[in-house]
Amino acid sequence: MAPVATTPAVTIDLSTSSIRQINELLASPDAPQALTITNPRGAHALACGLDAELEVTIDGHVGYYCAGMNQHATVTVNGNAGVGVAENMMSGSVRITGDASQSAGATAHGGLLIIEGNAAARCGISMKGVDIVVGGDIGHMSAFMGQAGRLVVCGNAGEALGDSLYEARIYVRGKVASLGADCVEKSMRGEHLAELKELLDAAGVDADPTEFTRYGSARNLYNFHVDNASAY
Amino acid sequence: MTTTTPGLRESATFDRDVIHEIQRAAETGIYDIRGWGAKRRLPHFDDLLFLGASMSRYPLEGYRERCDTDVVLGDLHAKTPLHLDIPITIAGMSFGALSGQAKEALGRAASQVGTSTTTGDGGMTPEERDQSKTLVYQYLPSRYGMNPDDLRKADAIEIVLGQGAKPGGGGMLLGQKITERVAAMRTLPEGVDQRSACRHPDWTGPDDLAIKIVELREITHWEKPIYVKVGATRTYYDVQLAVKVGADVVVVDGMQGGTAATQEVFIEHVGIPTLAAIPQAVQALAELGMHRKVQLIVSGGIRSGADVAKAMALGADAVAIGTAALIALGDNHPRYADSYRALGSEAGFYDDFQAGRDPAGITTQDPALAKRLDPVDGARRVANYLRVLTMEAQTLARACGKSHLRNLEPEDLVALTVESAAMARVPLAGTNWIPGAASHAG
Repeated sequence: MAPVATTPAVTIDLSTSSIRQINELLASPDAPQALTITNPRGAHALACGLDAELEVTIDGHVGYYCAGMNQHATVTVNGNAGVGVAENMMSGSVRITGDASQSAGATAHGGLLIIEGNAAARCGISMKGVDIVVGGDIGHMSAFMGQAGRLVVCGNAGEALGDSLYEARIYVRGKVASLGADCVEKSMRGEHLAELKELLDAAGVDADPTEFTRYGSARNLYNFHVDNASAY
Repeated sequence: MTTTTPGLRESATFDRDVIHEIQRAAETGIYDIRGWGAKRRLPHFDDLLFLGASMSRYPLEGYRERCDTDVVLGDLHAKTPLHLDIPITIAGMSFGALSGQAKEALGRAASQVGTSTTTGDGGMTPEERDQSKTLVYQYLPSRYGMNPDDLRKADAIEIVLGQGAKPGGGGMLLGQKITERVAAMRTLPEGVDQRSACRHPDWTGPDDLAIKIVELREITHWEKPIYVKVGATRTYYDVQLAVKVGADVVVVDGMQGGTAATQEVFIEHVGIPTLAAIPQAVQALAELGMHRKVQLIVSGGIRSGADVAKAMALGADAVAIGTAALIALGDNHPRYADSYRALGSEAGFYDDFQAGRDPAGITTQDPALAKRLDPVDGARRVANYLRVLTMEAQTLARACGKSHLRNLEPEDLVALTVESAAMARVPLAGTNWIPGAASHAG
């Protein structure tokens, strides 16, 4: 494989570079402040483990774990993303202009994940502080065991939303196919409308916060009680 | 079954333990949760014997001829494999399940004898990292406390698919142990009963796991060895798949392996004994041409240097200890006999690790109890114990004419029982008979 060629516009063509070369460059102290990656062709583990205030734009579809464990960087995928986009993100932001596959933002601790299209099953599974804004629908078991953070869904949510939820907060504008164990509808108070507006603005989504419904944990399963045995 | 009273006959099916459990279940409406590993009698290393050298084999002189003990782990794909002085490592146990003092002591002990220790569910504490020369970072389904900074600080990464005490089960840490610090590390409300998922949240099978391993390698620049840990069940297939997905090291944990908190029914009724798992794992590796290239670490019921030597003779590259390390730290020590009794147990029987009231200060988050364990003293005991295990294993290896522990081989072993001969795939003592030898294909 030839050495990574960077043009003055700092564009790297993945058809002539390897994932390792690109990730190594992005992790190095000499990483360009802004970088565009072309021809990703569904590559896995692209731009993962970033740990600096970089701006990375990927023109095309990406595979699994794009921007995984992101810290500080701003990553934009002009296309669709495979499984586990921005999984375990700590900070920074990731935007997917298309759709995202399963487990988008899984276990992420911080930062902002924006999916302009739809997200498949388990979006925000075990989320631990991340904010996720989805322009379209999300699949089943989303926010399963969500511990902290906010999940905003401008479309509809699939089955078992928020199952076994801890303290993550969920806002859905459309219909919810079903709620998971211990996930309940909650009232929208002023502070919720305010934080939702803030999230929508941050994501660049034009939507009216009053059209959303809030869901959260009933906290009935926090400590085992025999009367709740059927819910486990 | 009889009592001391003539004429009273105890049921073998409904014995006193069974009756007690039925009564307990009826009273409480919840399954029994406890720590430790399987307590039932199982075919184990005690059922194997070494064939020391005699006329047909040449022994090494006990105190003058070398018997080396070092092991390299993870040199297949990782740029920086681990080089340990002894092949006995400390298994993954979490801060949360264990006190900070216990974790520090284990790290200190491992460092003193040149081996590794391992984090657990809940992440890495600075104390543990500071005290552990070689620290393996567990990557678990819950990802509690998981972050890329700690991933990069680790010396190796262990992807946990399961553990011997509960293959197929998730974790739990009851509210008593979710203190402010533990809760903060795991992003949980204080005092909740923490549940850990049994499946990873962002991959579902071996093809996905192969990609996950690439991601972990990319984030850590292909430096760290990647372990894959499985609870022993379908070990032949699991180990082959672990190799296929790109593991540098496979960890197989037999059903005697310990737990901090699991349902009794799970501990005693799921999985296979360590003895049965090792030959399956070795066969899987050998058929792929990967035995000794992808290293095999075995855990679950390792107690003595004899167990270490037998596991290695069966083909393991190293072993891991958990329960035994806790005992060396002071768990179940008679000095706390009165305290154990006050908890309804006895020294030698205590297994309520989930309750967080450990008199020895090990499986607790209670500051007053945890203070009872001095990390420096505890480390000295564990280091002593690790040295004894090593010397015992060397003694046996020399007797078999081996100048390195890894040179021990199945040919050095015989079995005392038909069951252990079939499981370990070594002949019944005094015979050439390996029961089921023709059917040992995976």
